Amino acid sequence: MGKSSATKDAEALVNSLRSAYTATPTNLKIIDVYVLFAIFTAVIQVYMAIVGSFPFNSFLSGVLSCIGTAVLAVCLRIQVNKENKEFKDLPPERAYADFVLCNLVLHLVIMNFLG
Amino acid sequence: MGKLLGILILTLLCICEAAIFRPISDSHRSAALDLFTPKHASFKSLEETYEALRTFEVLGIDQQPDIKAATCKSVVDTLRSPSSALKDLFQALRVNGVLKCELNEETFSGIASRLKDFVKTASSLIDYYYSVGSLVLIKGQTSEVDVHLGGADSVFRAIKALSQSDGRWRYSSNNPESSTFAAGIALESLAGVISLASSEIDHSLISLVKNDISKLLDGAEKYDDGAYYFDQKPVDAHGHQSPLSASSAVVRGITAFATVSDEDLNLPGDKILGLARFFLSVGIPGSAEDLFYQLDALASVENNRVSIPLILSLPAAVLSLTRKDQLKVKVNTVLGSAAPSLSVKLKQIFSSGSKDASIIDQDLKFDPENAVHFLDALPENIDAGSYIFSFEIVLHNPEDKKIYATGGRTKVPISVTGFVKVDHADVAVLDSDLGNVETQKRIDLAGDNTISLSANHLQKLRLSFQLTSPLGHSFKPHQAFLKLIHESKVEHIFVVGNSGIFFEIILDFLGLVEKFFYLSGRYDIQLTVGDAVMENSFFRHLGSIELDLPEAPEKAARPPPQPLDLSARFGPKAEISHIFRAPEKRPPKELSFIFLALVLLPFVGFLVGLLRLQVNLKNFPKASAPATFAILFHLGIAAVLTLYLLFWLKLNLFTTLKALGFLGIFLMFVGHRTLAYLASSSAKLKSA
Repeated sequence: MGKSSATKDAEALVNSLRSAYTATPTNLKIIDVYVLFAIFTAVIQVYMAIVGSFPFNSFLSGVLSCIGTAVLAVCLRIQVNKENKEFKDLPPERAYADFVLCNLVLHLVIMNFLG
Repeated sequence: MGKLLGILILTLLCICEAAIFRPISDSHRSAALDLFTPKHASFKSLEETYEALRTFEVLGIDQQPDIKAATCKSVVDTLRSPSSALKDLFQALRVNGVLKCELNEETFSGIASRLKDFVKTASSLIDYYYSVGSLVLIKGQTSEVDVHLGGADSVFRAIKALSQSDGRWRYSSNNPESSTFAAGIALESLAGVISLASSEIDHSLISLVKNDISKLLDGAEKYDDGAYYFDQKPVDAHGHQSPLSASSAVVRGITAFATVSDEDLNLPGDKILGLARFFLSVGIPGSAEDLFYQLDALASVENNRVSIPLILSLPAAVLSLTRKDQLKVKVNTVLGSAAPSLSVKLKQIFSSGSKDASIIDQDLKFDPENAVHFLDALPENIDAGSYIFSFEIVLHNPEDKKIYATGGRTKVPISVTGFVKVDHADVAVLDSDLGNVETQKRIDLAGDNTISLSANHLQKLRLSFQLTSPLGHSFKPHQAFLKLIHESKVEHIFVVGNSGIFFEIILDFLGLVEKFFYLSGRYDIQLTVGDAVMENSFFRHLGSIELDLPEAPEKAARPPPQPLDLSARFGPKAEISHIFRAPEKRPPKELSFIFLALVLLPFVGFLVGLLRLQVNLKNFPKASAPATFAILFHLGIAAVLTLYLLFWLKLNLFTTLKALGFLGIFLMFVGHRTLAYLASSSAKLKSA
């Protein structure tokens, strides 16, 4: 026979996701790429931590900065997304300004913790 | 019977000590040159100058001409000046008596008249001493000046009035303190008065003074070896005194008085001899003043009218039997001059440690070339040891007995040394009970060989040897020690006992186990045999013995801690290696670079993704004002990030926060403007 129904369903799912994704505005795609970049960096750091986590505070700050900035980017995406009804009244520039400010504070803390 | 009694008495008398007195010799001369050193060719005062000059005169040392010139100048100045004090006049005249400077009669007569006034107004003993003494000195230095003392009788009585019943004198009538030194200078002053006006003095007064002298001599202290001296408080009214200065003053006074009084003083000769012995027993004094007192007194004793002491001395008090030394004896006066014709007899020999004496009564032969009395050979039964020889001086001329004092029997300590024969030296290890000899080794104590033995705690060590004196008798040395030294430097010393000539020591290790602190191992053996009269005393390393002792029980005493090597205590200590927290291991550099590359990879991926999304900067504001704000906004963010970088590298939190505050305010302002512009432009787009 051919592929099982589970695989067919998975294929169909992936295809529909892909086609839907191309419809998203470029803004959001940028943010998605940024989030992926941050997550990848965090994963690499954790992977390298297997070799040796000295100094531990540096490792933590590195990982947490990536995770933090990814989180903030996700928040930005939520706020900027026009299809999101909750944040209709929030201008995207305001969300962007919040994103920048929170990032700056996060990085200050990270730098302090980096040692 | 009578002879036996006599011998008994003599043996009892031998309890008094023996000593050797030596007359003045060259060592005194060199000491005088050392002690009396003038600074800039003159001494500090006339008194010191006189002491130095008189000492040199007695010893026969010539004075240096530059000292004489400088001193004469000060002497002449003092004598010529009409305002000199009495004391200075006295000292200057004393110095002049030795130096004989150029002075004319006028000076002398001027001084003499002043001195006579001083005598009339004198109130204390010192004033009388200086004034009368000065007049006597003038009489001795020039014959043309009239020094006849008017009212000599009253002067004599005045001085005599200050005497006390015990023979000592007071310095003045208001001061009740008496001193022996004062007695000496009083007698000298009285002698001076007599010499200045002999016809006027009442004879009874002179006898009274004779009584005083006898009482004074009765108060003399005596040492065991026959020396007499006068004790004196350290400080009296005239300054610091000592037994030496007091005895010296008394001797001068007595001899001066004896010289001027024409009748016999009947003084006991042995007291003068005893005083001379006291001065000689001082040896070489350490200070210039003491040397002066000693020599001044001996000079007045040398030629006195009472009795001249003769000193018996030995050039060598240690005689060697091996070298066959001869016993030599010298008899001189105190200053070392020749004695009259006499012979010396050796009467008795006492050996130390035993009370009996052998009576010899042997004459010593006289060697006129060296002026030495000697014995050809020592008596036969003199073995190595310490003895006291008793000599007697016999004057040949019966007239000399009145002039010289010989002192009866003179006892002199003499050491006779000899070579002690050491032989039959054996070391053996014995089995305990039966005494069987397990190992026996003979040692040649004169040689160098060493032995090595071994023993356990059940055995004994025996060391034996024989000591024979030169004459073949038994000899017990002062030191006969056997020392065992363990490897750990713990030492044990044992005394070797003897019976007759056999010396033996047996170390029973069973009983000594505790004393040795149960230390097994190698013990070095050392033997010391020595004595003052043994010419071949030795300290010999015999060898070693391996001792096997049982284990120490719990409660055994520990060996005493050995003295630390001092250099170990105060020397540098061992280097301390500090344990630092080891630096944590860092990953190798390559790994870090790979990590860097891996981490940058997502960033590259991010950029690639942005490109694929075809990002552009279309919405960037075009107009100038918003454009600047936009640029400033981006620059502001870059600046904040740079600040963070600097914070990580260098700065601390406080400076960072300060800078961040400024930048943050700027950024807020700029950002607000930019984003407001963007928002308004997008709102316009929406509505449009």
